[in-house]
Amino acid sequence: MSRVTLLFLQVLVAVVALALWQVFATVPVFGTVLLPPFFFSNPVDVFSQIIKWFSTGVIWKHLLITLWESILAFVIGSAGGVLVGFWFARQPRVAAVFDPYVKMVNALPRVVLAPIFALWFGLGILSKVALGVTLVFFIVFFNVYQGVKEVSTTVLDNGRMLGMSERQLMRHVYWPSALSWMFSSLHTSVGFAVVGAVVGEYLGAAAGLGYLIQQAEGVFDVAGVFAGMFVLSAFVLLIDMVVTLVEKRLLVWRPAAVVRD
Amino acid sequence: MAQPTAVALGDATVGFRLADGRVYTAVEKANLSVAHGEFVAIVGPTGCGKSTLLNVAAGLLKPVSGAVRIFDKPLAGLNRDAGYLFQADALFPWKTAIDNVAIGLEIKGTPRAAALERAQKWLTSVGLGAFANRYPHMLSGGQRKRVGLAQVLIRDPKILLMDEPFGPLDAQTRQIMGNLLLELWTADRKAVLFVTHDLEEAIALADRVVIMSAGPGARIIGDWRIALPRPRDISEIRMEKDFHALHREIWGVLKDEVMKGYAQTSQAGAA
Repeated sequence: MSRVTLLFLQVLVAVVALALWQVFATVPVFGTVLLPPFFFSNPVDVFSQIIKWFSTGVIWKHLLITLWESILAFVIGSAGGVLVGFWFARQPRVAAVFDPYVKMVNALPRVVLAPIFALWFGLGILSKVALGVTLVFFIVFFNVYQGVKEVSTTVLDNGRMLGMSERQLMRHVYWPSALSWMFSSLHTSVGFAVVGAVVGEYLGAAAGLGYLIQQAEGVFDVAGVFAGMFVLSAFVLLIDMVVTLVEKRLLVWRPAAVVRD
Repeated sequence: MAQPTAVALGDATVGFRLADGRVYTAVEKANLSVAHGEFVAIVGPTGCGKSTLLNVAAGLLKPVSGAVRIFDKPLAGLNRDAGYLFQADALFPWKTAIDNVAIGLEIKGTPRAAALERAQKWLTSVGLGAFANRYPHMLSGGQRKRVGLAQVLIRDPKILLMDEPFGPLDAQTRQIMGNLLLELWTADRKAVLFVTHDLEEAIALADRVVIMSAGPGARIIGDWRIALPRPRDISEIRMEKDFHALHREIWGVLKDEVMKGYAQTSQAGAA
């Protein structure tokens, strides 16, 4: 399939879906409206809401807050995950002691932590960052842990035979290997950073995309909820594109087929 | 001989503890010496512990009993005089070819610029001067082996340990690599311990060919001096009469072991 055809078909799907939504939300079929406006709104209302947000500029503040929370959650969670993952992988005894607790915390649905974070860190951005960190940390942690443990023994032996000390092995073998595993989970961890931020906002905040959606829901403004969802998906898509660019630069040394997640 | 022996294994026995607690003896009472500047090839059936012997000489494995002496000193820890060319891909995949070669100098404290300059020279001498900035995955199997050779040789080790280095390569590339190896070795004679399952390759390259029996508890069962003249050309030496005579003689011994090894592995597979 050529690129043009593909793009055309992709756009067609959106157009058909939106048209069906518009028709069923406004035109009665045998006397009933299949998608009652109260529950489903309609595309025209949703998009005029989005346009209103952008033309008045109110949306920017919320977008920036969510972006900022996601970035902080990603950076802190990744840094923690890399450090702890590295430490555990190099110190099997420490890993063995902490293993049940790591599993326990990881098994916990992170949403239940939101109230406690709200109590500890207030309704500002910190509680959302904390929620995002708990999500990002474990993804990066498990990947780095695995990455360090599964360094090819041949490559390690080669490093040793070339005269590397433990510290040099760390820098030239373990570290790059761990980082490559972290980067291969980049899409997932960035995605979770955004999830943490938005869910946190939804559960109690004064700004952000999650807050916007929650506010609209509070006044039964279904158009507002849908508009928030559309802006959020576009936001995530944009971030994902940036991640893809970063990944391409960082993993040049990898054969293309391996870059997957 | 005035020169000290580069590698000397005395009654070296090597075993592994299996998962069920039993000890598997891979190599039993191996006696082997490699003189300074001598090229010794070890040939044996698959799974006979050839690589094990090499790992012992490298200091990566400790023998259960017996002595390992490197230049007349007992080996403790890793063999710092040895360069090891592994069978599997051992290049650092996150480093370019030139960085892979330069790393051996950099970790010794050579300034990066100087290390890169020497690395470029080594890449040129293995015929990869134009591929300095490629990552390993962008190179062919043969090219990766060349980078590996440069990576090991740039450190100028006194002993070269090679574990079926050309095993995964196609026949033509193996011959080219063999000639390259001989060319580099002739320029600066190191003691070489070369493990292979290919008897022809062994005879074509080495000064001595050592035959191992089938495992477990593999032993060294033969030691032939290869008095073929040097310099040699790997592809042409195979046509010569002396080569055939040697090959027939050594193969007579090796064949039985290969059959034994084959019978054992197929039994193990059936059980």
